[in-house]
Amino acid sequence: MKTVNQVVLSTGIPSPFRIASSRIGYGLLYFILIFAAVIQILPLIWLLLFSLKSNQEVFNLPPFALPSHPKWVNYENVWLQGNIGRYFMNSVLITMVSVILTILLASFVTFAITRMRWKLQSMVLGLFMIGMMIPVHSTLIPLFSLFQKVGLTDSQLSLILSYTAFNLPITIMILLGFYYALPREVEEAAIMDGCSVNRMFFGIMLPMTISVIVTAAIINMIYNWNEFIFVNTFISSDHLKTLTVGVQNFVGQYTTDWGAIGATLMISILPILIVFLLLSNRIVEGIAAGSVKG
Amino acid sequence: MDKVMSHKGIIALYVLPSLLLILAIIYFPILLTGYYGLMKWDGVSSMSFIGLENYAALMKDGAFWNSVYHSFLFALLSTLSLAVYMLVALVLAGNIKGAGLLRKIYLIPMLLSSVAIAQLWLKIYHPTNGILNSFLVSIGVEDPPAWLSDPKLVLAALFIPILWQYAGFYILIYYAALKNIPASLVEAARIDGANPWQIALGIKLPLISEVVKVTIVLAVVGSLKYFDLIYVMTDGGPNGSSEVMASYMYHKAFRGFDFGYGSAIGFFLLIICMVATWGIRKATASKDTIQYS
Repeated sequence: MKTVNQVVLSTGIPSPFRIASSRIGYGLLYFILIFAAVIQILPLIWLLLFSLKSNQEVFNLPPFALPSHPKWVNYENVWLQGNIGRYFMNSVLITMVSVILTILLASFVTFAITRMRWKLQSMVLGLFMIGMMIPVHSTLIPLFSLFQKVGLTDSQLSLILSYTAFNLPITIMILLGFYYALPREVEEAAIMDGCSVNRMFFGIMLPMTISVIVTAAIINMIYNWNEFIFVNTFISSDHLKTLTVGVQNFVGQYTTDWGAIGATLMISILPILIVFLLLSNRIVEGIAAGSVKG
Repeated sequence: MDKVMSHKGIIALYVLPSLLLILAIIYFPILLTGYYGLMKWDGVSSMSFIGLENYAALMKDGAFWNSVYHSFLFALLSTLSLAVYMLVALVLAGNIKGAGLLRKIYLIPMLLSSVAIAQLWLKIYHPTNGILNSFLVSIGVEDPPAWLSDPKLVLAALFIPILWQYAGFYILIYYAALKNIPASLVEAARIDGANPWQIALGIKLPLISEVVKVTIVLAVVGSLKYFDLIYVMTDGGPNGSSEVMASYMYHKAFRGFDFGYGSAIGFFLLIICMVATWGIRKATASKDTIQYS
């Protein structure tokens, strides 16, 4: 491993021996890194393949053999019969509403904390940041009983409120650095022109922070889309469930139909994969900026 | 300017809705968890106060300590695996071709839902048609194990997908931190004759020690509250051999209808996560006296 690292990090004096060993080291290093990358995507390729196969093909062909005819009908069946279409639309709706609400509320808070002047600023910020450390599971039973008391169990509103609350801390954290870096002159000029705070926020701040908002929105979207335990606990009516829980129920019923299960899983991860292909830089940036999620 | 920007009504309007929301959804419930833990309550009928009985029972509950042990085992293994991620990140950050693409590929599993990952790995581990055992049979293993139903193998079998899921996340964080190190510092050490190992251990690691601390906290606390994947893949089984704290809590409350006892576990989980966070910060604080910039 030592030589491997030297290759990468040192400029070194070229001697024939060193060049030869560094070539080998470089090759080995590359091999390990690429092997790791293959391990990371191989299961997903296998998933794609068996989602397009019939059970006979899954059982009789080698794992990575292509199906004779791709069985797109697997997708059609689960979408129409398995209620997956319904779950999908629920996921889209809940994710979208929660993301918009979270971004708006977090922008309000971040603006007030970084740009306005008041006492308790740091205390309020602290409350939001500590919120990131609280394990979701410790709130599960009380939240369930609270929602029951106010008649919100089996309502998607309970999910939207929970997602928004638990994602506010990380969203504020992602926005924070960006807001601190905005020059003071922006507000000064706006106020000179007689601009109200509300107009400044909606007309100047939100448009100026749009790029960090996109990053935060993607991170939020991924968390909300994938959330499981709240849906599983709060929602009992099948037609209100989201994809994660729907997939779980569906797979439980069709344990032997590999193609159907594969198609269901593919449908549930496809939106995330598409977002990833289009916006991977944003995702990388967002995770690096707000890597602390409770 | 000052007058406009310290308008109390507007500040309240901007901050209060979010503040009330996190107080109601995060802070009030964790207080309630502690309170419910003092109750005998099935979740439906009225509760009765029983003092510390739930906690006393918890201390004597072998199944509970078993789940605590499993959670801590995951926490330890996750922390140790950070060293490997750091190594990969050091290599990736050393200007190799395709580093950007590789680190993105590593990240993909982390973006997918734990439920989908769990379902996929259930298929991978499938005793007869799973890709793992198909492979083992093809290289001549006669009787490959049933990974998830063997109490001796189940924890290891669960840990693999956890590694698979989170590797890219930590590599990405380390990579970003390493890329932030001013090149001049590394260059200076190189001119002084430091070898790559010395540069990595003596210069790069201390410079990103804050990030390392954050990742240790994330790995430990994240493991202690691990739930989704285990719930889907084994549901704590076979026979409790993969039960973790959060799944035990869930089972007690929502299957056993012992909400008081479940809440006591939830409160215990909260305290452990807080103590772990505080403890790790404390334990690593003294090493952080060197300032480079």
